[in-house]
Amino acid sequence: MAEAALRLSAVAVAPRAGPRTGALAEAFAGWTLAAPAIVLMWLMLLGPVVAVIVLSLTDWTLGAPAFRWIGLDNYLALSKDRVFWISLQNTLAYVAFTVPLSVFGGLALAMLVESASSLRGLYRTLLFLPVTSTLIAMALVFQFAFHPTVGLVNQGFGALGLPTTDWLKNPSTALYALGVIGIWQAVGLNMVLFLAGLKSIPRDLHEAAAVDGADGAWERFHRVTWPMLGPSLLFVVTITAIRALQVFDTVQVLTDGGPNKATSVLLHQMYQEGFSFLRTAYAAALTCVFLGMVLLLTWMQTQLMEKKTHYG
Amino acid sequence: MATLTIADVSKSFGVTRVLDGVSLDIQQGEFLSLVGASGCGKTTLLRIIAGLDHADTGSVYLGGTAVDHLAPKARDVAMVFQSYALYPYMTVAQNIALPLSMRWLSWRQRLPLLGRWWPGSKGQRARIAAEVAQVADALGLAALLGRKPANLSGGQRQRVALARAMVRRPQVFLMDEPLSNLDAKLRTQTRAEIAQLHRRLGATFVYVTHDQVEAMTMSDRVALMVDGAILQVATPQAIYDDPADLRVAEFIGTPRINVLPATATARGLQVLGFTWPVTTALDGAASAAVRPEWWTLHAGLAPVNDNSCSVVGRVRHLELLGAETLVHVDVDGVATGLIAKVAPEQAAVLHVGTTLTLTAPANRVLVFDSAGKRVPRRAPLAPPSTQQNSGLREVLHG
Repeated sequence: MAEAALRLSAVAVAPRAGPRTGALAEAFAGWTLAAPAIVLMWLMLLGPVVAVIVLSLTDWTLGAPAFRWIGLDNYLALSKDRVFWISLQNTLAYVAFTVPLSVFGGLALAMLVESASSLRGLYRTLLFLPVTSTLIAMALVFQFAFHPTVGLVNQGFGALGLPTTDWLKNPSTALYALGVIGIWQAVGLNMVLFLAGLKSIPRDLHEAAAVDGADGAWERFHRVTWPMLGPSLLFVVTITAIRALQVFDTVQVLTDGGPNKATSVLLHQMYQEGFSFLRTAYAAALTCVFLGMVLLLTWMQTQLMEKKTHYG
Repeated sequence: MATLTIADVSKSFGVTRVLDGVSLDIQQGEFLSLVGASGCGKTTLLRIIAGLDHADTGSVYLGGTAVDHLAPKARDVAMVFQSYALYPYMTVAQNIALPLSMRWLSWRQRLPLLGRWWPGSKGQRARIAAEVAQVADALGLAALLGRKPANLSGGQRQRVALARAMVRRPQVFLMDEPLSNLDAKLRTQTRAEIAQLHRRLGATFVYVTHDQVEAMTMSDRVALMVDGAILQVATPQAIYDDPADLRVAEFIGTPRINVLPATATARGLQVLGFTWPVTTALDGAASAAVRPEWWTLHAGLAPVNDNSCSVVGRVRHLELLGAETLVHVDVDGVATGLIAKVAPEQAAVLHVGTTLTLTAPANRVLVFDSAGKRVPRRAPLAPPSTQQNSGLREVLHG
């Protein structure tokens, strides 16, 4: 036994033959294994981003045979562009309006569905349907709902004696009318994500809380459910915010950025500059600003919430 | 004080009857183990005592008062969960403090941000902190108070769960397999610690386990459950020596008790062609059970005397454990074979295939009727001098 142990330790301390070649081989193997992912990432993600950044420093327009380097001129123009500032403001307002409502709406629905004793599957399916629907098609349905005279919304508001308006044509309501559609669509997915989060809370924790004295609805929520949903919440807020930043289809179909730019958002302006006015380089500069915002938002959220979020 | 009485409690989940008229009296300060195989209903019974489940029929009394209508928090019981159920987002100190915060602070004082500044909150919070520090000290957690459960070892988590239960000074501690997630070494150590804790606190402990060693080593009394019913409640020694039911005898004791098919007659017990000098009130089919440590082994076919109970077999396998040797013996008529636990020197002469005689003293043979109920032995008859035990000769020549 002792002899064997001695021999083993001798093997362990003996210098390995050619440590340099070993390290090289290991590095080579590492890069080889990671290569497919690296190549794909550059092809699909980082490459296009670099192309857009390069493009934003030129004056190229779609179809033009040549271009000039103009440095940061596009960005300077952006900073003086009234429409850009309106779009930015609208986008942020849209995010601020839809994200809290669709996140907390999703959470409330998830908790209601979870506590339902029967028909749970039915509720879940019904509430998830908006996620599976084609937003463009559903936007047309909403166009009817928001119709100033025959629309369901005004009919309902009128019957209740509430003020009515042409929701999509009124500059002060148009953005929020679009926001309602955004919430309607996002809430189902958020609900499903929160449902998964709720399911992953061990029953023991609620029972321990009950024995410890935290058994009221508020105490249960505040002591157990809410902190345990931290990881779900982080994820839901991040994807909801990014999706809200990317709002485009409802704007394009229902208002086309109007009335009077009241619903012009970054992605819509980007589309107009790039594909209607063919100012490709300018659109590229807008894209860079947009990308920067998404990155900043994601980074901020992870920084803020990672600290308060527990994992495992 | 806090005697705990469970009166005729039944519980079904759907069509499955989990508890079937369970009654149990637990004394103030007693350490009682509920032991049984998984699925026997022991955890359900514990949860009914805690108030986490409700009995279909029957009642739970704490200190003479029915508590069936009370919420768990109002019952003055604390529970240690199998998973520990620590709040992962709270520090150790916050985990331990929660039961006190819920009791000693008003809902205003508990408000997330404002509560800290509510009148009277500061003093109460200081009292809670002192209490937490004291309990943490007693369990050796003082250095860990600022950590989160994810950064604790299994044993430390278990202690935090214990501390969270202790801090309220409840009358009754309910423990649901608290050691099952620990490794073997830590389990032995924690076993002793929980027993000491029980002595120090003087509270009533109800301890659920499937591990008979835990039940035997820690408890004042053991309640053995099978299929939703308590078969026997007795001290560990009594439940081992004097099981009331064959299932109790089989559950308690490692290796398992040897059960041999027998026929009870007025002359004694007919076991595999031998007559054992064990008489009971029973007449007909029975089971004779002998603990592995009561066998004495003789290589070959040993002569049989009137006071011993013998069978003949062949060694199938020897397990050397150092302090003792387990001898597995093939015996015709017993499908699983027999196991004898003997001193190593007794087993030294044995090899696989050796024919041997196993002998047990008559007063160590437990007799059960065909339904598995224990049948007491009659006082041994004075052996008639003319009557010889002919069992061995029958086997050899018959």
